[in-house]
Amino acid sequence: MTVPLKTVPLDDGRSDGKNDAAIRSSNLDLETPDKPYLDSNELVINMGPQHPATHGVLRVILKLDGEKVLGTECIIGYLHRGVEKIAENRTYTMFNPYVDRMDYCAAVSNGLGYCEAVEKLLNVEAPPRAQYIRVILTELQRIASHQLWLGTHALDIGAMTPLFYTFRDREEILKIFEKYCGARLTTHAFRIGGCQYETYAGFEKDIKNFLTFFTPKIDEYETLLTGNRIWLERTKNVGVISAADAIALGVTGPVLRASGVKWDLRKAQPYENYSKFDFEIPVGTNGDTYDRYLVRVAEMRQSIRIVEQAVGGIPEGPIMGKVPKVIKPPVGEIYHSIEGPKGELGYFIVSDGSTQPYRLRVRPPSFVNLQALDLMVRGLLVADVIAVIGTIDIVLGEVDR
Amino acid sequence: MAEEVKTPAPPPPPEGEKKPTAEKPAAAPPVAPAKPAAAAAAKPAAPAKPAGPVPAPWTSPMVEKYKSQYGSGLDALTYLGQNYLSVDRSLIPDILRLLRDEEQFDYCVDVTAVHYPKREKPFDVVWILYSFSRNERVRVKTQIADGASIPSSVPMWATANWLEREVYDMFGIVFDGHPDLKRILLPDGWKGHPLRKDYGILQQDQEWVQINLGIESGQ
Repeated sequence: MTVPLKTVPLDDGRSDGKNDAAIRSSNLDLETPDKPYLDSNELVINMGPQHPATHGVLRVILKLDGEKVLGTECIIGYLHRGVEKIAENRTYTMFNPYVDRMDYCAAVSNGLGYCEAVEKLLNVEAPPRAQYIRVILTELQRIASHQLWLGTHALDIGAMTPLFYTFRDREEILKIFEKYCGARLTTHAFRIGGCQYETYAGFEKDIKNFLTFFTPKIDEYETLLTGNRIWLERTKNVGVISAADAIALGVTGPVLRASGVKWDLRKAQPYENYSKFDFEIPVGTNGDTYDRYLVRVAEMRQSIRIVEQAVGGIPEGPIMGKVPKVIKPPVGEIYHSIEGPKGELGYFIVSDGSTQPYRLRVRPPSFVNLQALDLMVRGLLVADVIAVIGTIDIVLGEVDR
Repeated sequence: MAEEVKTPAPPPPPEGEKKPTAEKPAAAPPVAPAKPAAAAAAKPAAPAKPAGPVPAPWTSPMVEKYKSQYGSGLDALTYLGQNYLSVDRSLIPDILRLLRDEEQFDYCVDVTAVHYPKREKPFDVVWILYSFSRNERVRVKTQIADGASIPSSVPMWATANWLEREVYDMFGIVFDGHPDLKRILLPDGWKGHPLRKDYGILQQDQEWVQINLGIESGQ
């Protein structure tokens, strides 16, 4: 049976009306058929790659039953720049700024991981003063990254105000970065062996001012969201991932901790001088979007604690370790990872004894965490997919590299 | 392997020398008035050990057990405090399963590969594993020939899915039993595997670029 054409476009400016009478007078059976005309239960749609809530160029193919998500597939690679290939064709020093362009929301953390990995390969250590500066800036970067995440995540879900609050406060951190190394986003703050720049006059004062300014601001974010009815409705029990699933999927960072696994590389395998500082690892219980929000907010407070302790105790001394002028690590390989704002950020470097890495592999937390999206959104609604993409906290520059 | 094909890249040594020299003086001029003395003294704290360390044998009860079980197919080494197992290709499924089930290496951090084109078996496939209960890392390496395949570790660690797809995409290594082995970062129709050493840094799949992007060249 043909599909009844009772709604021929009459008002789109193109129909001349000649057929209208014929259609109306046709003796087609216009009763509702027993079966639907098409098997329209399953619908496959594209979300992205150009979609404001995918935080970049992520394309998610959604298989839907009505509004319910049956499954997803992520298509990535739109931002692939071949960072690992570039590394093989640059010297160790030349490659340093490239890592800033992976997770561009946390360039300082990327730089720290890379510099430390090469230092380990060279068997040198940054001097204590450099370590303090590094820890301070990296923790500030963690706060900045979480602020950016919070603002955009809340905006995706429909709360607009947190975006203005977090960006207002993130600005203060970026100002400190700018004063320290001249750049706000792609900072290239650290060098292999330490830091290039001495702290500027007033560095410690700026940071202390920021801490007193920022501590009450976290409460402000929380008044907006933590007890907010709409926020709770949109995030509680949404995108739940169990601890076992998270481990099997290699999920790290706040997403893993929100599922109840108390694991943070700063404690488990301390690098730099994190073992000197007193801080806690916030964990969640349900592994849902709300817990991940709580964990990240609590992490900002812990980062404040670390910076507070570090800024009071910066020792005197050199800021550059004894690295050779030409960086030529001995033949060998190393894997080193740090706790980035988004999870375990690792570098696997193979040296053949030359000035360029023979192979440099980046273990990106966003890439691995994004893999959990499919599991987390199954059975949810399309609108929840937005919330879950936000809560994983991906940066496509790092996913695609 | 020191003189591998570095592809048509700019010759590195001169640039390599320039950069660090620029770094050194920048470290010396003290900006903050508080600590000029210390900076001028420029006494680096870290005692550098120029002589490159060499991988030493790694001994542990776990290793002893496996060595007696598998004999020469397995080599356990430690380098810069990091342990790794060099395993014969045929033992890979067994070793990985044992490490996960009996040694609690429940978190597969990364799966990656390294290309040594001059070797008889040109690819190293590397698993980086971590155990939460032992707080310990181990790397498992195996060598495979070009065109040879390797059993997928997705049944053991779900996270290996995308990681293996990336290795396939970048190196062309096939993982048997992978649920959905296809390119992940590059487009589906792309020819070539960019992280192989014989793939130049400026090289592209011109045909793909011309057909799909409608431009003469992506350069």
